[in-house]
Amino acid sequence: MRSADLLHFNLQVLLRHRFRSLMILLALAIGVAAVNLLTGLGEGARAYVLSQFSLLGNNTLIMLPGKKETSGGMPPLTGESPRDITLDDAAAIARLPGVTAVAPMLVGISEVRFNARARDVVIAGTSSDYFRIRQLSVQQGQPLPTVALDTASPVAVIGSTVKRELFGNAPALGQWLKAGDRRFRVIGILDSKGQAMGMDMNDIILIPVASAQVLFNQPGLFRVLIESDSSAAIPALKQQLVQLMQRRQDGVADITLVSQDAILSAFGNILTTLNLAVTGIAAISLLVAGILIMNVTLISVSQRTAEIGLLKAIGAANSDIQTLFLSEALLMALLGAGAGMLLSELGLLAMRLRFTDLAFHTPWWARLLALGIAVATSLLFAWGPARRAARLSPISALQSRAN
Amino acid sequence: MIELNQLCRTFMLGDQAVHALDNISLSISPGEYISVMGPSGSGKSTLLNVLGLLDVPDSGQYRLNGTDTTALSDNARARYRREHIGFVFQSYHLVPRLTARENIELPLVLAGVAPAERKRKVTAILAQLSLTERADHLPNQLSGGQRQRVAIGRAIVMQPRLLLADEPTGNLDSQSGSDVVNILEQLNRQGITLLVVTHDSALGQRARRHIRMVDGRVVADQPPGSAAQASHA
Repeated sequence: MRSADLLHFNLQVLLRHRFRSLMILLALAIGVAAVNLLTGLGEGARAYVLSQFSLLGNNTLIMLPGKKETSGGMPPLTGESPRDITLDDAAAIARLPGVTAVAPMLVGISEVRFNARARDVVIAGTSSDYFRIRQLSVQQGQPLPTVALDTASPVAVIGSTVKRELFGNAPALGQWLKAGDRRFRVIGILDSKGQAMGMDMNDIILIPVASAQVLFNQPGLFRVLIESDSSAAIPALKQQLVQLMQRRQDGVADITLVSQDAILSAFGNILTTLNLAVTGIAAISLLVAGILIMNVTLISVSQRTAEIGLLKAIGAANSDIQTLFLSEALLMALLGAGAGMLLSELGLLAMRLRFTDLAFHTPWWARLLALGIAVATSLLFAWGPARRAARLSPISALQSRAN
Repeated sequence: MIELNQLCRTFMLGDQAVHALDNISLSISPGEYISVMGPSGSGKSTLLNVLGLLDVPDSGQYRLNGTDTTALSDNARARYRREHIGFVFQSYHLVPRLTARENIELPLVLAGVAPAERKRKVTAILAQLSLTERADHLPNQLSGGQRQRVAIGRAIVMQPRLLLADEPTGNLDSQSGSDVVNILEQLNRQGITLLVVTHDSALGQRARRHIRMVDGRVVADQPPGSAAQASHA
């Protein structure tokens, strides 16, 4: 039998049994679409989380107070230690060769007031280098002034949410805020930027680190962001930092160093595992579609018993019959998978239009996986009924039912 | 053309053995017109199926054009059916989703004949059977006589030398029935070997050679011009 004739014959069968074909196509399409959609969503979420953490360049280290000896799993994002990292330490780090920027951080929450409006806001004491490391920019005014780290100054750069909540549409630049019992003059408003490293950069106030020490009455730093001149120098810099802190902390180096890689790989692992689990669940729906195909092929075989007998009588060999039924299942699988992929692409397109900063894309391996499972289950489950059809004795097949 | 030698075929009905073919020996020459008659269960249909290579005998020998068919593989038997044997059934067995033209074309499609040649052959057959105007109708849009004519067209499109008909007029009124018989006899006059299994004695009497079967045996073979003489059991 010629391939073109085989295809034509199969298409006629599918068209003739429209409802049956539609049901199978639907089941397959839903299965394939589920795999593609779920992996697409998972990948989108993963890419989003990773991009949030890569806002921190890969030539940046975070130094936290306290030593975390355990390895593997999530690196600590906050440290707890009796031994503080001081501003002097940060200044000493800045003098290390290869270090291009050092941003000490001292974070607290304080009630911030302007006229009658009050709001609890995260206040981060840091330096002008923070803007450089975190790639922050101001939409109005200017960033924190570049001054010696231990110089307190009553100025503040505020996030866009803080600006809106406290000032509404009124101009904020040059106004005096009250935070705790201290007053700060607003010198800049941050560009809108999403969540990063667990901090909402829109709902934050940045002040000089020395001012934060006074405001929160706390000398120890929450963390120090350190930027190196190249990512290749990061391992060497780690060593230098440990040695430096050993000298400065009486030989102990009670710190933890976290690189972006460590965070990324930890999150990446978790999200990949999650994604695989979800894909597995979706793949089960394809398996269910496969069982449906088996049932339908069985019904098809018994409905078409007379036809099988006839085909044999007019010269079809057992292998021809088997080819007919298997190719019918294959055709169905390909059509169903195609429809499912179209469906999932449309779904993801809609998601991308709705959530513009999330890149939902089905990875190629997931598409191939879905197609592979669809075809494999179809063929696998059609194999039994097709063999049964081929083995039917032509006489009893012909006698089974008249057309 | 056909040589049957001590052919046996036994079916098990429950734990009872039914001898559908009991030591059948027959010889059929090219161009013969034979009717096989007998009561239900006498083995007529089994004989037809064995002759048509749809069923395999348990023992004995069946030579078709000099080839021992009992030794053939399934694929080889399928090819023999396709090239040498045409079937006409009582209930037509047309594929319901295919038009008259497509039904007649089906054996050519299975044989892998090129579309242009298929079209030429099918068109000729349609004209020969006066079906040209009904070519694009589905079976359920055709009368019984037309359906059987389509089935005959399908049986002869590969130009077989043996045509096996199982109660070809069984489902037809007398007018359509005689039309169909005329077509079959016309084909026989053109050289095809025609074997008709029937209950209808009027139809059976039209054949030049009459075989009568009872309980899986040939009880009469008239006129006895053949190599294997029938013995009255």
